[in-house]
Amino acid sequence: MGKNLLDKVWDLHTVRRLPSGEDQLFIGLHLVHEVTSPQAFAMLEARGIGVLHPKRTFATADHIIPTDSSSRPFADRLAEEMMRALEANAARYGIRFFGPGSGLQGIVHVIGPELGLSQPGLTIACGDSHTSTHGALGAIAFGIGTSQVRDVLATQTLSLARPKVRRIEVRGRLRAGVYAKDVILGIIASLGVNGGLGHAYEYGGQAVEAMSMEERLTICNMSIEGGARVGYINPDQTTFAYLQGRPFAPHDGQWEKAVRFWRGVASDPDATYDDRFVLEADRLQPMVAWGINPGQAAGVEEKLPLPGERPAAERETLEKAYAHTGFTPGAPVAGTRVDVAFIGSCTNGRLSDLREAARVARGRKVAGRVRALVVPGSQRVADAAQAEGLDQVFREAGFQWRLPGCSMCLGMNPDVLVGEEVCASSSNRNFIGRQGSPRGRTLLMSPAMVAAAAIAGQVTDVREVLS
Amino acid sequence: MSSSVIRQLKGRAVPVRGNDIDTDRIIPARFMKTVSFDSLGQHVFHDVRRDPQGKPTGHPFDDPRHAGAVILLANRNFGCGSSREHAPQALAAWGIRAVVAESFAEIFAGNCTAIGIPAVEVEAADAEALLRLAETRPETDLDLDLEALRLQAGGKSYPVRMPEARRKVFLIGSWDTMGLLLEGRSEIAAVAARLPYLAEFPYPRG
Ligand code: SF4
Repeated sequence: MGKNLLDKVWDLHTVRRLPSGEDQLFIGLHLVHEVTSPQAFAMLEARGIGVLHPKRTFATADHIIPTDSSSRPFADRLAEEMMRALEANAARYGIRFFGPGSGLQGIVHVIGPELGLSQPGLTIACGDSHTSTHGALGAIAFGIGTSQVRDVLATQTLSLARPKVRRIEVRGRLRAGVYAKDVILGIIASLGVNGGLGHAYEYGGQAVEAMSMEERLTICNMSIEGGARVGYINPDQTTFAYLQGRPFAPHDGQWEKAVRFWRGVASDPDATYDDRFVLEADRLQPMVAWGINPGQAAGVEEKLPLPGERPAAERETLEKAYAHTGFTPGAPVAGTRVDVAFIGSCTNGRLSDLREAARVARGRKVAGRVRALVVPGSQRVADAAQAEGLDQVFREAGFQWRLPGCSMCLGMNPDVLVGEEVCASSSNRNFIGRQGSPRGRTLLMSPAMVAAAAIAGQVTDVREVLS
Repeated sequence: MSSSVIRQLKGRAVPVRGNDIDTDRIIPARFMKTVSFDSLGQHVFHDVRRDPQGKPTGHPFDDPRHAGAVILLANRNFGCGSSREHAPQALAAWGIRAVVAESFAEIFAGNCTAIGIPAVEVEAADAEALLRLAETRPETDLDLDLEALRLQAGGKSYPVRMPEARRKVFLIGSWDTMGLLLEGRSEIAAVAARLPYLAEFPYPRG
């Protein structure tokens, strides 16, 4: 019987079985950012322990940095303090830090793949739940808490229980105007926000195989929103082509060896899974997560659910969602007023995302009332986008073109919602208060849909704009 | 914080009803702008404890009848969302020593374990009974026994569940994992030596 990728990678990285029954697992790549690491470094210092593998640890700053100006010190004293702590810790322990000004700074889940740090067959950990993103390259990647960040720094290992694996088959082909974001929102809406508890999701099938690496990153990014700590896609030619020539990818003399290893970790054709789920891609339409979790999503042509028609277990959260959003059950989601539009984040802040949004924005104007932001996921994304003139397209349409960072994905930096503003957002979480205002509202959608909403001033089917 | 054996825990409970209570709700991101965990206790559940005008909403965490509670009661998928350990740290700073819910998000339960807070599951009907008990008779002590996997309260006994590996780390006192992991030094080196991406094609200087 064949093995799946998770089992192969897990076995390869198992150091030993711990008395608790969990495995001590070696971590091949550890990514660090300013929010969840300072306490971990402080714990190390308190115990007088160093970093075991500083060359497998990389740091960036993303959550707290302002996107309008990179001048220091930051206006926010607390943000400045966190930034200094990271700079000092990186210097002290010999960890490579991609700070602003390095040309390589960006959101941790954008820079790992684009620099070639994230590779097939690795175990990857970061103190951030969207670490599942890196699974798109065929790695086992997961978010960890701060005590675990400490554990990886000190030992390059973690104590973990092996998850089960659910194979998610996305059949058929996506229709025009329907994107990877719609696929993952469709999966979460079907399986639920806790449907993946205890599982890793292996995504495959014709639609996934046809996707570019950037689209695959979007899919794996939101695995955690479905409760799956790990999401991955088997490495293939698309993966290898993506990695070739990136700064930290294996160079010429070692490339063949690496590809041989990478091919070997892919799930065997007869691999076994604990569970399977099938999604028909050609039936999908552009999705809008309208509620207070990413599973409360509807097609743009659909009407919002009636609580009475949903399973009892969902009703309470649905009612809370209606109380918070002010939507009426049974109303269409299209036509909802939008005050803010945000294109960016580790879900949809890559070059192809900006290109798709620019296709919509080109030659059009943002509706007068709407505050619209485009925030590249990294400096390299920003540079590439500027080289093809996308910043100009956005500016001419009335979008603000910002410096890279997490920005409006979460309320830890100056980019926040105010009062009861409604935001069309290409990010990944619509939790109450996520974008900085406890009364604010977040509608998750693809970057093209966000651009369409910015221009129409309301939720609009992007296919109508593009046709 | 160093590891100690945790077999039993006794004390009053604070009921926090609702499914899918995410870590943004437990500690809003804007309070995470800190390089330590010390200040988090005062901000736990901040945005649901105050209305938009800043007036208290009567949240259980402000209810004097639940002051000093050590067990948090909740429903389904508690602690979903962001992996921030700030969430259990904030609960711990407020005084919480154990969480009892119908189910947990995985990273949250792991983060609780890492700081010595057992996260145990109960059946939906039992969660309801316990929530109601804490609401109507807040002075009642709950007695959580990890060895027997039982929770006694108000003259009744409820079965509780948790993954066996998690239970064990409390019973043997190894929830603070770093020391244990460090003991595997030679095995760690052996794995590093056999990994092709370390041995054969390590990162170039970039
Ligand atoms: S973009 Fe959003 S989800 Fe991604 S790392 Fe930043 S804050 Fe987290």
